[in-house]
Amino acid sequence: MFDDFVIRAVVAGIGIAAVSAPLGCFIVWRRMAYFGSTIAHSGLLGVALGLLLSINLTVGVVMVSLALAGLLVGLQRQRLLPTDTLLGILAHVALAAGLIAASQVSGGRLDLMGYLFGDILAVTGNDLVWIYGAGAAILGVTLWIWRPLLALSLHEELAQAEGVNTRLVGGLFMVLLALTVAIAMKLVGILLIASLLVIPAAAARPFARTPEQMAVLAGLAAVAAVAMGIGASLAADTPAGPSIVMALAVLFALSLLRAFRPLGG
Amino acid sequence: MALDSAAAKVLLGARGVSLSRGGRTLLDAIDIELHAGEVVTLIGPNGAGKTTLVRVLLGLVPPDQGEVRRTPGLRIGYLPQHFQRDATVPLTVRRFLTLSMPAGEDEIAAVLAEVGAEKLTDAQVSDLSGGEFQRVALARTLIGDPALLVLDEPVQNVDYAGEAALYRLIGEIRTKRGCGILLVSHDLHVVLGESDRVICINTHVCCSGVPESVAKHPEYISLFGRGAADAYAIYAHDHDHSHGLSGDVRHDHHHHRDERTG
Repeated sequence: MFDDFVIRAVVAGIGIAAVSAPLGCFIVWRRMAYFGSTIAHSGLLGVALGLLLSINLTVGVVMVSLALAGLLVGLQRQRLLPTDTLLGILAHVALAAGLIAASQVSGGRLDLMGYLFGDILAVTGNDLVWIYGAGAAILGVTLWIWRPLLALSLHEELAQAEGVNTRLVGGLFMVLLALTVAIAMKLVGILLIASLLVIPAAAARPFARTPEQMAVLAGLAAVAAVAMGIGASLAADTPAGPSIVMALAVLFALSLLRAFRPLGG
Repeated sequence: MALDSAAAKVLLGARGVSLSRGGRTLLDAIDIELHAGEVVTLIGPNGAGKTTLVRVLLGLVPPDQGEVRRTPGLRIGYLPQHFQRDATVPLTVRRFLTLSMPAGEDEIAAVLAEVGAEKLTDAQVSDLSGGEFQRVALARTLIGDPALLVLDEPVQNVDYAGEAALYRLIGEIRTKRGCGILLVSHDLHVVLGESDRVICINTHVCCSGVPESVAKHPEYISLFGRGAADAYAIYAHDHDHSHGLSGDVRHDHHHHRDERTG
């Protein structure tokens, strides 16, 4: 009853949701929502540079986002401007540089609208292999560093005193985030990726008593929103990526019923 | 505990440790030794470098000069200053205790009972009162049976009666476990009574020794004012009974009951 492209879209969405939701929890816990957006905005520059330099596009995206993360860490050493101001600068400069780089890519090799807003209904079998291959690796590393990353997120110095290699774990988290942005770009586009990281975690928070519960609930919320969004997109002929984000918004709104009546309160 | 510490094992020591940041000297040629089973209190005014010294001792910051030595395989339970609790992370007390080190149910129950917080096992950390949280944080340092506890201002956000109860609890933990304890504090008179040795620093070591001698030391008095020495004298006089955590007095000499302090 469903066309192949619909099935591929749902399968791709589920794969990305399973990876982005647990990472999104850390973004919420570490107050890094703006960082997630900034990394996403640099995605276009990564794609354009990848095409211009004829290297793998995912590699291009990851390289650019890691360079951006390094630049941010360097800029944070000055004390006159706060981090959110720095991110506001980096995010939009990266997007502007990406748009300029994209304009230099010759004839139709770069589908600008596709990268900005995503085109999940155009996901190919090859994309699925990428999403599930890289997704399994991302999820595996996330689980591997789960305990130290959680300790680091709660109290960096305490984690360090208790033997966590905070640079390694923090650095791996950046790499995981960059990879997730790279593979999720096709789904909702670089302008909306941050919502797929942040909203499921936010919607899961009122129902969770432990960090692990929050990650699982966020994953379920993200998967449900992907299915709802694609369904709505087919029924009402709306763009798929934004429809997924609206479905996430509905789940978040419902979670507020619980948020204002906290557990244990 | 009497101080035949020349014989007691040195768990952690620093010799000639100096550190500057941005042209300011934070630590100046500090020597310190922490022995097994000994309670050492580090006092000093704000900005004296207490927390900086702790960070150097824990190996979080390398000193510019001097060396830090620790017994190989030394397990340290650390309670940092300023533990920001944050409701964005859902966290039960049980999960908080096992944050970086796994522990079985038995050990979790045992350390919580030791600090009188056994009823809080499934509570959310963000729901705890200031005093409850400090107790749970203290219990957390006991996971894995460390040989040394490093407690940086452990009575933050605790009311006055709760402070006294917490310090007595720390004394009880030392007696029961025989672990060494490094206590960092700026509220003096309560602390001194539970300490074997007090080290007063203000970038450099001003004076050190048993509480009575430090309280009378001229440099201590010039740092904290004569009132501090007098307050200690009053406290020392008062300190011939002990309170349980719930505030009940275990009376050795007196036969009165205090208000509930919990």
